[in-house]
Amino acid sequence: MPKSIFTKENLCWVILSAILFGVLTLLMQVGIINSYYKITLFNICINIMLAVSLNLVIGICGQFSLGHAGFMCIGAYSAGVITKMIPNYGGLLLGILAGFAISAVAALIVSVPTLRLKGDYLAIATLGFAEIIRILVQNMTITNGAAGLSGIPALTTWPILILGVVIAIVVCSNVMRSAPGRACLAIQDDEIAAEAMGINTTKYKVLAFVIGALIASLAGALFACSFYVIKPSQFTFNRSIDILVMVVFGGMGSMTSSVLAAIAIGLLNTILQNFTDLRMIIYGLALVIMMIFKPNGLLGKRELSFKKILAKREAGKEAS
Amino acid sequence: MEPILQVKNLSRHFGGLTAVANVSLEIQPGELIGLIGPNGAGKTTLFNLLTGVYEPSEGLIEMEVDGKPTQIGGLPPYKITALGVARTFQNIRLFKEMTVLENVKVAMHRNIRYGVMSAILRLPRYYSEERWVQEKACEYLKEVGLYAKRNEMAVNLPYGEQRKLEIARALAIQPKILYLDEPAAGMNPQETAELTELIHRIRKKYGLTVILIEHDMSLVMKICERIFVLDYGKLIASGTPEEIRKNEFVIKAYLGEEI
Repeated sequence: MPKSIFTKENLCWVILSAILFGVLTLLMQVGIINSYYKITLFNICINIMLAVSLNLVIGICGQFSLGHAGFMCIGAYSAGVITKMIPNYGGLLLGILAGFAISAVAALIVSVPTLRLKGDYLAIATLGFAEIIRILVQNMTITNGAAGLSGIPALTTWPILILGVVIAIVVCSNVMRSAPGRACLAIQDDEIAAEAMGINTTKYKVLAFVIGALIASLAGALFACSFYVIKPSQFTFNRSIDILVMVVFGGMGSMTSSVLAAIAIGLLNTILQNFTDLRMIIYGLALVIMMIFKPNGLLGKRELSFKKILAKREAGKEAS
Repeated sequence: MEPILQVKNLSRHFGGLTAVANVSLEIQPGELIGLIGPNGAGKTTLFNLLTGVYEPSEGLIEMEVDGKPTQIGGLPPYKITALGVARTFQNIRLFKEMTVLENVKVAMHRNIRYGVMSAILRLPRYYSEERWVQEKACEYLKEVGLYAKRNEMAVNLPYGEQRKLEIARALAIQPKILYLDEPAAGMNPQETAELTELIHRIRKKYGLTVILIEHDMSLVMKICERIFVLDYGKLIASGTPEEIRKNEFVIKAYLGEEI
């Protein structure tokens, strides 16, 4: 165990993020990533946040939630409404915080009774919750009903978005590798044994659910301030399924694979832009094939780990 | 001396079936108790009542906590565990997707003093606590002789070692009372001998009160100081191994003889 946060491993992560950020920024500035591809890039970043946070709920804690679009919707509308009134970064921050507050309360209300449910029942209950949120938004005046909000100031700049992605990934993987994360993994593995080990199972299920909801809400807020317009029809059941596909495709319980799957599916969506119908068939087919040959997802539970890479290099040096 | 565990008129019904019927018993701190009985006698149900998996239909379970008898019947399992109760399972319930070491770390949950914020922000407290957890978990694994296999997946261990890992995991809870549900099931004579030695050692070292269910009579008769016998949910006999061996009700329950 390292003594503090300053380890070689963490340094590697910082360097990797800096390089990725630098390269993408450069590509944007020289125009290789044009405004069209920039939309793809922004969508991918938001999907990464959503996928990673849903993975915390489904892959780590084993609670099959289909309500992620609902929390994203809360975040998006909170930020949208507030930034329209206060069109500056203070407004964005306020919008994000308002989204957090509403999502946290909503997540608590939903999770305390429903997390006693298991599997399919939980999925249906959370699905119902997301639909309630969408229909509420569709019928309120402050959210401008079915027409949605337009003219939202584009406050989500590229650095802010990347900051959001980094926060989402760091929060989820830090929770995963800690005592609360171990408790969640134990619950997923064997709930009766977990409880016999002194773990308050309801508490940790709610915890994972609320953290997931907060990150989804953050993703929603950044989403609203990226694309000027938000409509209730963007937060339907289909959105929850899209996120779920990324988690399942990559591998439940692995943060790396959620990130990679979000990128892969984002790119695929852009490439297949003109074949919308074909796209759904390809996804469906790919999922069926996956379930048959690789039911644990493309990467399973494997993670990109600099710790392991560094350990291997050390071992290699000693050998030579 | 105050008993560490006192069960008074405990019953549990499942529909029309009475799995545990009006059982009363007292256990002193540090005792090594055997719980025996034919299949379906209600031994595991009694364990499940004592550890909170089932709620009692009637009766009281009192455990001594901080010098005072406290009613624990009907509390959820995690609260009972928090009072210092650990168990192993008859049908091994390890966390299959974790390594041997992680299995033990999960069990140390109640003694870890950092919250989710320290984990997210990776505060110094996270590092100091996790280092302690790592050291302690390795200690428990050395105790049962599984330290060398700490990085293997729990599910890949041979059967006997899985049972030992369950014991290491129970020790990590730092219990006062340890319930072992058929710890020797499926073990060969040599493994059983090692297990006997292990139970003796950990009981002495950690000052445990041990209650075990076992079908291996030679093991029970050899190590237990007192034995309780259940049949059809009722407590039909209790006493030293010598007394139990001669008890007519016990002989009748096991051999079905008319006396």
